[in-house]
Amino acid sequence: MESPEAQVQRPATDEFLDPVMSLGERVLGTLEEIGRFFMLLWETILQFPAGIRSAPRLVDQMYQIGIGSLPLVILTSLFVGAVASVQAAYQFQNFVPMRYLGTVITRSVVIELGPVLTALVVGGRVGASISAELGTMKVTEQIDALETLAINPVRFLIVPRVAAAILMLPMLTVFSDIVAVFGGWMIARLSLDVSTSVFVEGVRLFFRARDVFGGLVKAFVFGAIISLAGCYYGMKTEGGAEGVGLATTKAVVASSVTILVADYFLAELILRVIFGAAE
Amino acid sequence: MIEIRDVHKKLGSLEVLQGIDLTIQSGESIVIIGRSGSGKSVLLKHIIGLMLPDSGEILVDGVEITHLSHDERRQVRRRFGMLFQGAALFDSMTVEENVGLGLREHTRMSPEEVLAKVRACLDMVGLSGVEKMRPSSLSGGMKKRAALARAIAVEPEYVLYDEPTTGLDPITADAINELIRGLQQQLRVTSIVVTHDMASAFKVGDRIAMLHDGKVIFQGTPEETRRADDPEVKRFILGEATEAPFPPRHMEIAARRRTGVWRWLGR
Ligand SMILES: Nc1ncnc2c1ncn2[C@@H]1O[C@H](COP(=O)(O)OP(=O)(O)OP(=O)(O)O)[C@@H](O)[C@H]1O
Ligand SMILES: [Mg+2]
Repeated sequence: MESPEAQVQRPATDEFLDPVMSLGERVLGTLEEIGRFFMLLWETILQFPAGIRSAPRLVDQMYQIGIGSLPLVILTSLFVGAVASVQAAYQFQNFVPMRYLGTVITRSVVIELGPVLTALVVGGRVGASISAELGTMKVTEQIDALETLAINPVRFLIVPRVAAAILMLPMLTVFSDIVAVFGGWMIARLSLDVSTSVFVEGVRLFFRARDVFGGLVKAFVFGAIISLAGCYYGMKTEGGAEGVGLATTKAVVASSVTILVADYFLAELILRVIFGAAE
Repeated sequence: MIEIRDVHKKLGSLEVLQGIDLTIQSGESIVIIGRSGSGKSVLLKHIIGLMLPDSGEILVDGVEITHLSHDERRQVRRRFGMLFQGAALFDSMTVEENVGLGLREHTRMSPEEVLAKVRACLDMVGLSGVEKMRPSSLSGGMKKRAALARAIAVEPEYVLYDEPTTGLDPITADAINELIRGLQQQLRVTSIVVTHDMASAFKVGDRIAMLHDGKVIFQGTPEETRRADDPEVKRFILGEATEAPFPPRHMEIAARRRTGVWRWLGR
């Protein structure tokens, strides 16, 4: 979709160099972004002790991120548990006894589904709201105004959000785990003809606290990813309402992708390195 | 004293500041005038360290601020207050919280003392009874005045005002001019005022500097400004358009920018 102006104005040599140049520019741009992101991360770590000292701001964020996301998490987890139950029962048919239904649901929820789906759902909600709020503050010069009052925006705005997210994501995940297993039980009971005692027996069978712990470690990391992506794209917003929209999209996409990629590496780390060594 | 030495700044493809030299004495009140888009707001942001120059130096009481770390620059900023052109109030906070934020963050004042100080500052700008309101429910002029109260609440030595009277009725505007003068004369605040409003400029300024094409093309007392021979200054004071009100250079730049966007999209 080249505009006619561009075709006329650009010298011919550009035509050859353009793909190379643009590739180079992109690589450099990406490297620069990664660098900036880690600078923000580092500044956040440095400002962390000072930033969490203001209780009202932290509590406010914990409320917005935690309590605010609860209905959404409950609703999605209920259906995740339900569908896990239906799918597991379908796969079990005639091969695996139904008393393992509870086991499979619980373990898959606790290790994988709970943390990841909570992070994706909360990431959409919280990542978007953080980036939109900070982005609007950026384009309306409110971030500059903070600076003129000699207030560090990282300490004042970012640390409470990151702290709240890394605290609340594990808590939401615990909720999600419980609700999902409950959803699985409900389906088992209502439409699969698995009795409560059989289901509960299955849940208990191979239940291990360290699986829950592994899931919560993931949730902690996902909380950091969601909030940092929101803050990063929010703070570098430029150019009015359009810029805010762009920042929001980028924050949500980046956090979703990063969560799924990080999930793999965390799984390797937690299952093989930490738990594997313990065995 | 603030010394600005040969400051250059390019934003996008536009060279906004092309070698600014300006010295601002402590305790004086200097008015910066210039056409819309001449870089007045950009210059203020350089003085307070929100933007860094591509080259040149900015000294605040002898300390060169452009090479300081972020934290050191924040320390310098504690002696500054700034009124933004668009007010830039924090819209998640009430007016009272906005005005008191600097005090709560940087002083050991009790909440009651902060509240009293906030009330006093709001009174000074002729705003009372709006303490509990959100910025979104204030009018444009009220926002500006609330932002002014926020800028002066921390009792800065230097106050930068970006168009303090734009959007105000003549009576309120005059009260704000008096306030700026009052702060300067009673508290020895150094004022740097950007304005388009020549009545305000003559009233508030000990000195007037004019920005044009990225340079300070004129500076002098209000009296000297009235008698200036420089055609640009004359035109500005009298409010006459040049033969070509929007020079072709700007049009060209706009066209080029659009091209840039199209190229990027086309990839
Ligand atoms: N962040 C930015 N990025 C790119 N260009 C900018 C930026 N800020 C300002 N400019 C450009 O710099 C020039 C000067 O802007 P500035 O806001 O300083 O003008 P001004 O003199 O304050 O005008 P006005 O009186 O209308 O407020 C304008 O051409 C503007 O487009
Ligand atoms: Mg301006």
